[in-house]
Amino acid sequence: MNFLRFAVRRLAEMAATLLGASFVIFGAMYLAPGNPASFLLAGRSASPEALRAINAQYHLDEPFAVQYVRWLGQVLQGDFGRSITYRTDVSRLLADRLPSTLLLISMALALVLALGLLLGWIGAVRGGAADSTILVTTTFAIGTPSFVAAVLLQGLFAVNLHWFPTGGTGEGPAQMLWHLTLPAVALALYLIGMLARVTRAAMLDVLGQEHVTVARSRGVSDHRVIRRHVFRNALGTVLTTSGLIVSTLLVTTVLVESAFSVGGIGQLLELSTTTKDFPTVQAISLIMVALFMTVNLLVDLLHPLVDPRVALGPRRSAA
Amino acid sequence: MTAATLLRRPGLARIRTSRAPLSLLCLGFVALVVALAVLAPWIAPYDANTVDLGNALAGPSAEHLLGVDASGRDTLSRLVLGARTSLLGPLGVVVFSTLAGVAIGTAAAWRGGWLDSVLSRGAELVFAFPGMLLAILIVSVHGEGLLAPVIALAIAYLPYVSRLTRSLVLAERERPYVEAYRVQGHSGLQICLRHVVPGVAPVVLAQSTINFGYALIDLAGLSFLGLGVPALTPDWGRMVFDGKTAVQYGYPLSAIVPCAAIVLTVVAFNVVGERWADKVSRRDG
Amino acid sequence: MNTLDIQALRLRLPGTARPVLDGVDLTVGARETVALVGESGSGKSLTSRSVLGLLPPGASARGTVRVVGDDVLAMSPGQLRVLRTGTAAMIFQDPRAAVNPMRRVGDFLTESLRLNARMRKEAAEERAVRMLEAVGLTAAALRAYPGQLSGGMLQRVVIAAALMGDPALILADEPTTALDVTTQAEVVALLGELRESFGTGLLFVTHDLGLAAAISDRVYVMYAGRIVETGPADELFARPRHPYTAALLDSTPRLDAPRGRLAAIEGRPPSLREELAGCPFAARCLYATDVCTRQAPALLPLADGPARLASCHHGDLVKENHR
Repeated sequence: MNFLRFAVRRLAEMAATLLGASFVIFGAMYLAPGNPASFLLAGRSASPEALRAINAQYHLDEPFAVQYVRWLGQVLQGDFGRSITYRTDVSRLLADRLPSTLLLISMALALVLALGLLLGWIGAVRGGAADSTILVTTTFAIGTPSFVAAVLLQGLFAVNLHWFPTGGTGEGPAQMLWHLTLPAVALALYLIGMLARVTRAAMLDVLGQEHVTVARSRGVSDHRVIRRHVFRNALGTVLTTSGLIVSTLLVTTVLVESAFSVGGIGQLLELSTTTKDFPTVQAISLIMVALFMTVNLLVDLLHPLVDPRVALGPRRSAA
Repeated sequence: MTAATLLRRPGLARIRTSRAPLSLLCLGFVALVVALAVLAPWIAPYDANTVDLGNALAGPSAEHLLGVDASGRDTLSRLVLGARTSLLGPLGVVVFSTLAGVAIGTAAAWRGGWLDSVLSRGAELVFAFPGMLLAILIVSVHGEGLLAPVIALAIAYLPYVSRLTRSLVLAERERPYVEAYRVQGHSGLQICLRHVVPGVAPVVLAQSTINFGYALIDLAGLSFLGLGVPALTPDWGRMVFDGKTAVQYGYPLSAIVPCAAIVLTVVAFNVVGERWADKVSRRDG
Repeated sequence: MNTLDIQALRLRLPGTARPVLDGVDLTVGARETVALVGESGSGKSLTSRSVLGLLPPGASARGTVRVVGDDVLAMSPGQLRVLRTGTAAMIFQDPRAAVNPMRRVGDFLTESLRLNARMRKEAAEERAVRMLEAVGLTAAALRAYPGQLSGGMLQRVVIAAALMGDPALILADEPTTALDVTTQAEVVALLGELRESFGTGLLFVTHDLGLAAAISDRVYVMYAGRIVETGPADELFARPRHPYTAALLDSTPRLDAPRGRLAAIEGRPPSLREELAGCPFAARCLYATDVCTRQAPALLPLADGPARLASCHHGDLVKENHR
């Protein structure tokens, strides 16, 4: 089973990289000026209770390697330690805040896929004025940072027009959707432009290939040629950008959540960074990296299914 | 006559040529912004932190062409002086990531073997961290300021440059002239520095120009979170941060102005960089 | 009724000074094999593509292109699809480029029947297997991706695909150019066999005179968008009446001719950017006189035999001088 071996190898690679990443995230606190204990206390009074909590998490009195292994073991069991600022378990904080972030990211992702693919398709197939308009629009979409989009959307649609709330998360599904609409748009804007560009270029590339003419010469209607051959073939290229899409969504949500005061893990990362709540920063960084790498792994595993040439690669080059 | 010419739409060629004025416009804008940054102290009508509280949140007037922010500071002056920090940060990121990336990429491609695999493992690890996340992580350890984020982003951008360089150098190494120099007794380092690196430089620099836009976005984003430049430093991202509360009270001008500056500058750098990359790749292809 | 009947086809492309196809007349009878010979850029591929209504964007066409009696240029998109699915099919130069690498061979073969003729999947696959066997492949190829087949096998797949709709006319556009020499011979032999057993007309587009002579009943020679000479294959090659045909023959190595230096044709074909007043070949022609640069010669019947035509002011001189 060729695919199985490939999957196992990629899984092992991901585990190795993730281990490296966790080491960086753990070791970062040793880069701080002063000793780790005072850094972790972040200027708070070194009460016995606080010191005990820190020691329970980090075991600072033991050698570095032991500290790391202990910490990693706890993290693997879902124990990220206690938040210094919130005086509660980091895992509790995350569990409370992860749903709104995941909802926000899913909404943005839906927008990105729907509009990005659509605009790319139209640009490639229509050409002419539609294409030029899309090119200029996406150029600006790509040049607009999410927080700029957030502030502008807030000013126009929330403050001026009162169509949407200026911020917050909302209670209940309907309220949440309403509250998260503007943030999702702000989060999606750059990626819509990026995906439209990639889709357009990939489809134009396929459009220039002879098998497209061949399909037309065999009586397949233009619309079907575009769908079955051009778009379908371009999907492989589009799929390779999904790692970038997800990593961008994950970090950009920090900016957007803080602009709209959305109570997700993005805002939590911003707050814990400013308050030097390092266990929380570590936990969120680790989760983001792990999510990102999982998506990359899925993409790698999906790629041969979407594009048979990937699976056949070695055999073809040998022929 | 091949089939390709039959379906290739004439629109594409037209867009290419009709975009030439746009890219010239962008090049002009880049020059303008750089000139503003260099000459900022002579252009800015006020000091960046001169407070005129009586006029706080005032709209455009003869005294304050772009109005006044919530703390009573002249927006135009902060915009002009902010161009310095806003451009200097990305410049640092791009210079560092380009120099180190080219060195590492060239070494990996030229030497190959264990060095190559160690370096690509390292790149893989850095790839796992989105640039902003690495910057936030380092800021959380080091405290705010411009230097830590610049270094963090430079490290995050480095593997993109080194991977590009590596593939370019691998291709360049196979060219006959390299062998010819070798036969003439030139050392590997000499050939690299005098021929290979200059050969791949245009493509890498075009990419770095595009990276400049992304670095500007990331650094401005950090400032927007209050994690970048210190509070009083004029900086576009910081200006948006300072202005966002005023937006919620219906005075968006002091935030819109730096927003526009950021978008236009990033777009200009992107267009110039892409145009350049386009040219370079067509020359090669 | 002819299987293919092109009359006075004139095709203009945007941004050119003269038509790329300038009054092309060409017929293919039932079960007949006709070769269309010319250099690249002469318009031979455009001619064959226009038979399927595959015109470049912005092109404007005049004249008629009748396939089994129906004018392709006047067809609606729906009628064009019917034509392309059934009546006429094309075989392309490079099989590697002609088949979508992301789809299985079976999908490629059955696609147009399933989508346009509303044939059920099983029935279409059954027919696909029969066609694969007709071209010397097995049903196993159905499940393969193009990347898993050799170039020769893939060209057989393309030929099988052309046969799927039971066409009256097959257009083969340099079908052997991208293949190696032994595979070329196999494919040419296969095309000959299939024409016999399926009873189709075949328009064989090529730049290779030897191949044209070997496979075809009649030959058209094309230069700068015009037919310059036509006739039965053996006669045309034995006694060319147009200087261009003669020059092409002289530049082709032959086994049955005395060895000598091959004569390359000096100069290049005229650019599409300039208008032509006289004969398009005048600038490269050994026989050219004043009249050639002033007046374009018409394609006129020759006394040599039926179906012999040439467009040259000095056709008689060519006849005397050649060999």
